[in-house]
Amino acid sequence: MTPSQTIGPFFTHALPYPEGPLVVPLSQPHSFWVRGKVFDGVNAPVPDALIESWQVTDEFSGFGRCPTDEEGNWALHTVKAPYLVLSVFARGLLNRVVTRIYFPDQEQLNATDPVLATLDDTARATLLARAADDGYTFDIHLQGEHETTFFAL
Amino acid sequence: MTVHPPLLWPAYKSTLLRAPSKAPVPLQLSVSELTGPTFSDRPVEAHESDLTRQGAIGERLIVHGVLRDDTGRPIPHSVIEVWQTNAAGRYANRADQHPAPLDPNFTGVGRCVTDAQGHYRFQTIRPGAYPWRNHDNAWRPAHIHFSLFGRAFTQRLITQMYFPGDPLFDQDPVLNSVRDPAARQRLISAFDLSATEPEWALAYRFDIVLGGQSATPMEP
Repeated sequence: MTPSQTIGPFFTHALPYPEGPLVVPLSQPHSFWVRGKVFDGVNAPVPDALIESWQVTDEFSGFGRCPTDEEGNWALHTVKAPYLVLSVFARGLLNRVVTRIYFPDQEQLNATDPVLATLDDTARATLLARAADDGYTFDIHLQGEHETTFFAL
Repeated sequence: MTVHPPLLWPAYKSTLLRAPSKAPVPLQLSVSELTGPTFSDRPVEAHESDLTRQGAIGERLIVHGVLRDDTGRPIPHSVIEVWQTNAAGRYANRADQHPAPLDPNFTGVGRCVTDAQGHYRFQTIRPGAYPWRNHDNAWRPAHIHFSLFGRAFTQRLITQMYFPGDPLFDQDPVLNSVRDPAARQRLISAFDLSATEPEWALAYRFDIVLGGQSATPMEP
């Protein structure tokens, strides 16, 4: 296997593209934004991360990509799925970290989800987006007290 | 043991506050991890694999190889993204303040798609080494960043390709974060005389193997 190496600090001219954050077009019915911030171990925003999402249902599959801005903010415009799978790349991450975003208003789906079922309450809580005005909020804590639950593939 | 670097690698200082402190949770894979994007809505154009098309300054190179999964099967029709510094060791990125000249004819950004046999090929120029502030008198060896998708989310990989014999290897904590010497060697391309273009360009070969399961394609 080929080993991973960090994405480094200088990818913003190379990997992001204008439609990257639009998993679905802005005009798509029932679409919404998932917005979040990436934080490091001392709660400082991470301004040089890249977020990628992938989601699959019988009706639709879609990819999203968004770099964080100077305040660590990212956003993806998408539609519901049972969950989104997420990769986080950044300077200082020698390999990506992988997580999932679940939606708090899909209680039925979440209650029967085999992955959520294996987690304790604290670990599960980090995977649940919060409702927001135009969609949801999902912050990512790479390290520390509020550390996001990351998965080994 | 995984070939990948540990997330916490103190010699690379930026890992200290960014590496998760908890072990990752083993995941029962679902169709979401066993599939991945194909970028049919963002097709790669032929000229995107030629980073020299605007007349870049530098030593012209062919960089090529085969993309495979960890069972040895080639991965056809898969998007590869690359980016690198110019010949002077500077990225065409506003955040890069290294006082080396910019080349107005080189963005250092390219894409291509593997062919039916999993083969890919870029034309570019040799990137330069550059200083960074990780430790005293720190320099990154010349490298090309590679972004690979394979067939599935599980296979997603971002890595760096190096050039053989670089005297900067020993002091580079990024390359040396790969602890297994044999795995580290797989990040170093090989000079490939057979792929050179006489009176035009030298060539380096970099084969890539992606770990991780993917969905078994349906039998017809």
